[in-house]
Amino acid sequence: MSTVSITPGRRPRVGRADALAAGTTLLFVSLVVIIPLAAVATKSFSDGFGPFWESAFTRQARSALIFTLWSSLAVTAIGAAFGTLTAWVLVRDHFPGKAIVNVLIDLPFALPTIVAGLTLLALYGDAIAYTKWAVLLALLFVTLPFVVRSVQPVLLEIDTEMEEAAASLGASRATTFRRIILPNLAPAIISGSALAFARAVGEFGSVVLVSGNVPFDTQVSSVYAFKQLESDNVRGAAAVAVVLMVISLAILIGLRVWERRHTISERTA
Amino acid sequence: MIRVDSLSKRFGDFVALGDVSLHVPAGSLTALLGPSGSGKSTLLRTIAGLETPDGGTVHLDGTDVTNVAPQDRGVGFVFQHYAAFKHMNVRDNVAFGLTIRKRPKDEIRDTVDRLLDVVGLTGFQTRYPSQLSGGQRQRMALARALAIEPKVLLLDEPFGALDRNVRTELRTWLRRLHDEVHVTTVLVTHDQEEAMDLADQIVLLNHGSIEQEGSPTELYDTPASDFVMGFLGPVVELDGGLVRPHDVAIALTADHDTTEAQVVRVVHLGFEVRIELELAGGSPLTVQLTRAQAARLELEAGQIVFVRVPEVATFAAGGI
Amino acid sequence: MSRIALRLTMFVYLGLVLIVPVAMVLVRTFSPGLGAFWSSVTTPAAIHAFWLTLLVAAITVPIVAVLGVVAALVIVRTRLPGRRLLEVVIDLPFAISPVVVGLALVLVYGRDGWLGPALASVGIHMIFSVPGIVLATVFVCLPFVAREVVPVLREIGDDQELAAATLGASRWTTFIRITLPSIRWGLAYGIVLSTARAIGEFGAVSVVSGKVSGKTETLTLLVEKRYQNFDSAGAYAASALLAIIAVTTLLTMTYVQRKASRQ
Repeated sequence: MSTVSITPGRRPRVGRADALAAGTTLLFVSLVVIIPLAAVATKSFSDGFGPFWESAFTRQARSALIFTLWSSLAVTAIGAAFGTLTAWVLVRDHFPGKAIVNVLIDLPFALPTIVAGLTLLALYGDAIAYTKWAVLLALLFVTLPFVVRSVQPVLLEIDTEMEEAAASLGASRATTFRRIILPNLAPAIISGSALAFARAVGEFGSVVLVSGNVPFDTQVSSVYAFKQLESDNVRGAAAVAVVLMVISLAILIGLRVWERRHTISERTA
Repeated sequence: MIRVDSLSKRFGDFVALGDVSLHVPAGSLTALLGPSGSGKSTLLRTIAGLETPDGGTVHLDGTDVTNVAPQDRGVGFVFQHYAAFKHMNVRDNVAFGLTIRKRPKDEIRDTVDRLLDVVGLTGFQTRYPSQLSGGQRQRMALARALAIEPKVLLLDEPFGALDRNVRTELRTWLRRLHDEVHVTTVLVTHDQEEAMDLADQIVLLNHGSIEQEGSPTELYDTPASDFVMGFLGPVVELDGGLVRPHDVAIALTADHDTTEAQVVRVVHLGFEVRIELELAGGSPLTVQLTRAQAARLELEAGQIVFVRVPEVATFAAGGI
Repeated sequence: MSRIALRLTMFVYLGLVLIVPVAMVLVRTFSPGLGAFWSSVTTPAAIHAFWLTLLVAAITVPIVAVLGVVAALVIVRTRLPGRRLLEVVIDLPFAISPVVVGLALVLVYGRDGWLGPALASVGIHMIFSVPGIVLATVFVCLPFVAREVVPVLREIGDDQELAAATLGASRWTTFIRITLPSIRWGLAYGIVLSTARAIGEFGAVSVVSGKVSGKTETLTLLVEKRYQNFDSAGAYAASALLAIIAVTTLLTMTYVQRKASRQ
């Protein structure tokens, strides 16, 4: 039996202090988050749906969006594979300097994105600057920790007995990985990847310098929106922003729904 | 003294308590017994103020506390999983209630030391909960609850998370403690043996209402329903009635009130000997005998015997 | 794949994406010499940017810390309607592009925004000034503390808090003496993450700040401006300064995580 009980009625009753705390929080969050985001949506539709659609999907905006989605998808896939591998090595392997590598994984979370972009320019310089490769590399850098950090704790929890049992039943290492370990890691890989994808789609700081912002080539949606804003096309920027917001919201809500369904099916199993 | 009147509580569609009334005399040790989901924990938590009832009242020492916050009820509450303050050592845990009341330091120290002596944790003052065994943590939690000199002591399955041996030991110890301290105590348990061992009064709950209350012997000997009888000890069915296996007598010769049966198996369990029988109709029957009784009968498998039930011991109800 | 091959793959991956690039910034920064580095991080604009960055973090982090803890308590410890909505909303900044954040704030608090004119009439100017930078930073830092504290609160359950209540502790006493010590490492980790993000935020800040040198220019904006002005040595120097702050953050994170896991 678990010590964390979720029997109904285990929570203290709703008092005035609760309501006050919740009210204040909601008010603050509204002023900072909800109202501004609503303003973006309102602005983008200020001239009706037709103009919204036109500015959200001009040829240039469409090209930027397609490149954004493809590059995010590619980066998410690479991050999922190599992130899982990295987590595996960090949990199961032992080598000198492991602790340092483990710390370094968090560097992209700590390093300002603009610095990250500059860093990649410094290294790969003219060879890749202002190409699609530069954008990919920048996105890879900023999304690196997501999958590693979501898989690592799960891998630590999986006890080796399960793998030993599979081995004793005649499963090869590859089979054990595919049929025993991977299904256990899948939820963590998926939720880490979803967050990484959302981050990649909206990423700005690290790509603004390295992409060179070449329309129909290296321009991503966030930079496109930024440029529209700079040239005073606020409604155009808002339209693209709405598209990006819809993508983020879909990922966030989808992930939550999926997580809930997943934990419920696990509980009833 | 605790008085509960027509208490009711629902969680959604689930009725945790349906119109429960109860009186717990001052200085007694009362056990709330019942299967899980019977409402016993909800009742205890409502007395403590951790749960707000949908209807009904709770009186402590004659004062209506139904709308009083748990902080101000003066109850000591002990949780199944100890609820030890993990970041405080044993002394600070036990002292907590006194510290927040800003009692003088000397008084706090003396009280804590005295209580740790009572619960047998002298010398553990500077240990942290993580360095204690489950039994020790629970004794610490008990000392912590007693430190505020509560009007009533409420224990929610206090030994539920412990090993069998530790459980038995703590039980004996709690009974002795209660005899010394005499604080009105209510204990929630699903273990009938624990309830019978500890309590002056047992309140048996089922589906959110009280099935029966009384002394352990009253409940055991004169159960109000077949549920009560079945919950308090093993029962077997004979002649359409329920009976305790140790109340069935075995004779080697037939009489006007006996039923014929065949011995299937004789199991020696030390002091007790269990006889597995098959009645004429084919239904099984288990009978408990003492060693001496079994030795006198010299039973063996295949033998035909005659069983008889004393009138007073049956509970004539339609099965369990 | 053998163990060694896996290990090598990981090193190549991390090397290409992470380790070598970061090392290069340091090489680039210090190759013109320590003196050049020093003079480019001590120009009036750089010094102002440095202090502004710290000021913004110093205002933002306490706000998001308090808000994060309160929100976590509302989400985990109450049955109020709307707590699930709060959980999603507080996570939102995590997935929203910084450019969108900046734009959103401009549309509400800007000169032609919903609330901008009203605020301006009482003398408060948010956009293209420091309050706007703080607001943008609060927006992007909002999720970190709540995200760290929520799972810790769920994990510890409410037994200890209820026990404190039965012992006579008021809600405030219970919070200070029981809840806060229990969540302290999760809270600390959230604060460190928020600080890192507050210091490093670029996109949202770049939209709302107006980038006035010596007024509303933070360190990250300075890096960009110098790079765009072909002063790459200066850009690297400012980057190095940020990188040093990042490494300090990283070490603090590691320390806090160790403490938390030992608890």
